[in-house]
Amino acid sequence: MASWIIIGIIVVAALYATFAYNSLVRIRNSVENAWRQIDVQLKRRHDLIPNLVDAVKGYMQFERDTLTQVVEARNRAVAAPSQEARLQAENQLTAGLGRLFALMENYPQLKADQNVLQLQEQLTTTENQIAFARQAYNDAVLELNNRIETFPSNIIADHFGFHPGDYFKAPAEDQALPKVDLSLGTPRAS
Amino acid sequence: MTPRHADFRELERRNRHQTVALVIAFLVLFCALGFGLDFVIGAVRLRDGHLVGFPILTIIALIVGSVQSLISYYGGAALVLASAHARRLAPDSPKHQMVLDVVQEMALASRMQAPRAYIIDDPAPNAFATGRDPQHSVICVTQGLVEEMDREELQGVLGHEMAHIRDYDIRTMMMIAVLVGGVAMLADFFMRWSFYGGFGARNERDNNDSGEAGLIIAIAVFVLAILAPLFSQLIAMAVSRQREYLADASSVEFTRNPRALLRALEHIARTESPLASASRGTAHLFIVNPLESAGDGGEGFLDNLLSTHPPLSRRIQRLHELRAEPPESAMSGPGSGKP
Repeated sequence: MASWIIIGIIVVAALYATFAYNSLVRIRNSVENAWRQIDVQLKRRHDLIPNLVDAVKGYMQFERDTLTQVVEARNRAVAAPSQEARLQAENQLTAGLGRLFALMENYPQLKADQNVLQLQEQLTTTENQIAFARQAYNDAVLELNNRIETFPSNIIADHFGFHPGDYFKAPAEDQALPKVDLSLGTPRAS
Repeated sequence: MTPRHADFRELERRNRHQTVALVIAFLVLFCALGFGLDFVIGAVRLRDGHLVGFPILTIIALIVGSVQSLISYYGGAALVLASAHARRLAPDSPKHQMVLDVVQEMALASRMQAPRAYIIDDPAPNAFATGRDPQHSVICVTQGLVEEMDREELQGVLGHEMAHIRDYDIRTMMMIAVLVGGVAMLADFFMRWSFYGGFGARNERDNNDSGEAGLIIAIAVFVLAILAPLFSQLIAMAVSRQREYLADASSVEFTRNPRALLRALEHIARTESPLASASRGTAHLFIVNPLESAGDGGEGFLDNLLSTHPPLSRRIQRLHELRAEPPESAMSGPGSGKP
């Protein structure tokens, strides 16, 4: 009788270990996937910006400074040598775009341009998707860390060498930047 | 009942536990009726203190209910869309493009595959999600929703719908439907059986040694058979309402912005009118009960018990009490200035 119980316990433990390991693998993969999603959105923004600048520069000839800043921040982000530098450039790009969009409010002719409106929507959704991708990444990291640290999955995690993930944080100096308000709302078609 | 300042994770946890409790209660009801009936007709007997026999009625009820449910499970999305005359949402206008973009945004936030988007030509602002799992799911909006809602409100509403998909609410309600159908079948069978003199036939059988206990059980089963269909409806509606609260909390989890859904629900509360394309069978899929209009929001006790959705005022109240950020926040969420 006792031997059946012991066998039963071993079987249950083995099943649990399998389940826990697979779970950990899946979550770790989802963390990696979430990180790549952020990249996908950032690159999409890089691709959209030249189009936007082209579309508006005819109307906004007096805003050369802002337009230049946006283009330069974008180029820095594309060519950044390190993760730190890239993150800084991306944040500066967000700020620059915010300023540009605010200025665009002063040019009513822009609102009648379908091409500009389309690009505005594309950039708005890209900004949102960058933010949500970062949130999704952090959520995935939270889930991974919980699995790694709670009992009993921590035993499995430790044994198979799962490492906790790093949360995405904005660099410290950027927290001094003014809060950007991309109040674009709905595209103002006629 | 909800303590002040719960965060959305707390709410989600509580809702999931309550759903489990309700489903267990339902299973108990179903088994009580099923086995009770099997006992009364003699399929299951008491011998030396043990139950013997084959609970054939319970099994049949489960099988029939399951087959019905599987049919709606696999054909469900297509059937619902066809009956509502929904068409695929195309980026043929700036607003439609925005809706499609918001679907993508919510898909990212919920860490799921983006569902296919459909639209119904109805002026009442509403939305529903359907589909058996995240890979085969669909979100449908009304023309009214697209016209009325701004981006923030759309994020709240579509987040709520994505939550239904992620939490397998469609599947849960389908399981509940199996049980409701099964209970109705059992109760119906019992009524016919006792009507056609089943109790008389039982006395002739001599291999049931339960005697008086048998009579008490027979009476109990009789009462249960009358009340069970009502109870099962009440439990099913209670589960549906739990899932609605859960989807609201999950929407906040995705947007990290209670204002989004809050503004959307307040907006709908102002403009709500009955939805032409919904029916009793599909009502539970919508974000707001499509069969009610703003006036008779069903604040009465009985109205609430039989409704698929909690009262709008209560949902809005809970959102007001909700904090957006969980207390252990070490992450930089999207800023509140996000459009």
